[in-house]
Amino acid sequence: MADRPGSDQVTTLDTPIRLDYHFSAGAAATPYLRGLAEGKFVGQRCPVCRKVYIPPRGSCPTDGVATEGAEVLADKGTVTTYCVVNVPFAGQSIEIPYICAQVLLDGADISFMSLIQEIPADQVRMGLRVEAVWVPPEERGPTLASVEYFRPNGEPDADYDSYKAYL
Amino acid sequence: MPAAPAPRQGRRPVAVVSFAQAPNVRRDTAHNEVELLLPVIGEVLGNLGITKDDIGFICSGSTDYLIGGPFSFVAALDAVGVWPPKSESHVEMDAAWALYEAWVRLQEGDVDTALVYGFGKSSMGDLGKILALQLDPYVMAPLWPDPVSLAALQARALLDHGLATERDFAEVAARSRRSALDNPKAQVAYDRSADDLLGEDYVVAPLRRHALPPLTDGAAAVMLAAGDRAFELCERPAWITGIDHRVETHALGARDLTSSPSTAKAAEVAGVSAGPVEVVELHAPFAPQELVLCRALGLPVDPTGAGSTSVNPSGGPLAANALMAGGLIRIGEAAARIIDGRVSRVVAHATSGPVLQQNLVAVLEGA
Repeated sequence: MADRPGSDQVTTLDTPIRLDYHFSAGAAATPYLRGLAEGKFVGQRCPVCRKVYIPPRGSCPTDGVATEGAEVLADKGTVTTYCVVNVPFAGQSIEIPYICAQVLLDGADISFMSLIQEIPADQVRMGLRVEAVWVPPEERGPTLASVEYFRPNGEPDADYDSYKAYL
Repeated sequence: MPAAPAPRQGRRPVAVVSFAQAPNVRRDTAHNEVELLLPVIGEVLGNLGITKDDIGFICSGSTDYLIGGPFSFVAALDAVGVWPPKSESHVEMDAAWALYEAWVRLQEGDVDTALVYGFGKSSMGDLGKILALQLDPYVMAPLWPDPVSLAALQARALLDHGLATERDFAEVAARSRRSALDNPKAQVAYDRSADDLLGEDYVVAPLRRHALPPLTDGAAAVMLAAGDRAFELCERPAWITGIDHRVETHALGARDLTSSPSTAKAAEVAGVSAGPVEVVELHAPFAPQELVLCRALGLPVDPTGAGSTSVNPSGGPLAANALMAGGLIRIGEAAARIIDGRVSRVVAHATSGPVLQQNLVAVLEGA
């Protein structure tokens, strides 16, 4: 509690709050998380529109039906869009500037956010082909932290038409 | 086509035409909220032979505090599949209030159907702490009063005022769990006498275990339809002829916990006393609260259920208490008894906030 200068009124009050949760990943996300521990990307497919979602959350957001199966995807894909992070902030663990990109894995119909490394920030571009760099097997777990980052894999840039529907 | 009964509020008759709920369970670790909702949404639409494309408006009730993650209601929309985009809204309240918003939306007249759903998994966090955070943040919440202790204060006040006995609490619980034997979606159902229940130890005196609701993971959905559309979808729609909700102060010390003036006012506006009440579904999570609500609604206070009004034939929240869905389930359970032709006039009640702070009352009638 802090008093306003020249006053005996209480002006602030600290009320620490902490809540702990037992997270339920669900039927669709559980194989996805287990896959990450094994160095694999596992998605699910919509039986109506045939799209593959990763991470899968159990339902196709377009059709409103349960997604199915266990689609093991390549651990490489295409940068669909990106930004260069130049702003330092508290708790930052990566040296700036760095690249935050949307990566569309080959075979997936939705991109997800990832860190891009091993390339100067000013050379990252839409269509850049990248591959996952996994942490050593003994450090992997059911978390996206099993992927350290993505890096260019040397393939020619993807044609714009191949990913324009995912922007 | 038969005519809908004239509603007391609004200018357009609106009815519940379909209701579905998930099995109420103590702990569903196999499914996330979307997976919990998917079959429920599928059933509430499937009952009517319609698809998501026939929905004019969507409103849901849930709280991120149960899940421990932000914007969970946005993620939950994946269970509906809102493409092409649809007009949609959400309340951080029990889904009974989402139904109220949908009812208001249907008064506009440009859409004829609305999907309402609510979901809550109590198993993921510490409800005692989570629910303390709905209290006044300066002088109440920092004390972390848990909901069982607050309900015990209310129960003690009832006893001290001579408005109830501990046997009354046991009778309410015994009757509710016995009714729940006929409810395949119920979580806690048994046939035990009040004498037997009175042998239990206190959890927080004067509340014994039987007077407490179970912790529940669950979800529910209702379809509303307006005007002629209701008759097209449903042979016997449950018309909402009256609906109102009122709130009391958040300062617990300023309330008389033995009465519920907000329920009484909502009941008056909704027209509860304008006809016989064949069934009432009360959102009374703690057994003593049923007595407070019956009094406020002007219904006979009879814990054994011997009166002419059937109280919580589903078993009520003592049989299953899915937070954020429990109030909507009361409306759905009451409406279902009109839709299937068993009764003609029912009352449904929903509550939100600590110890009956905010209350919604709806009267539903068959044509």
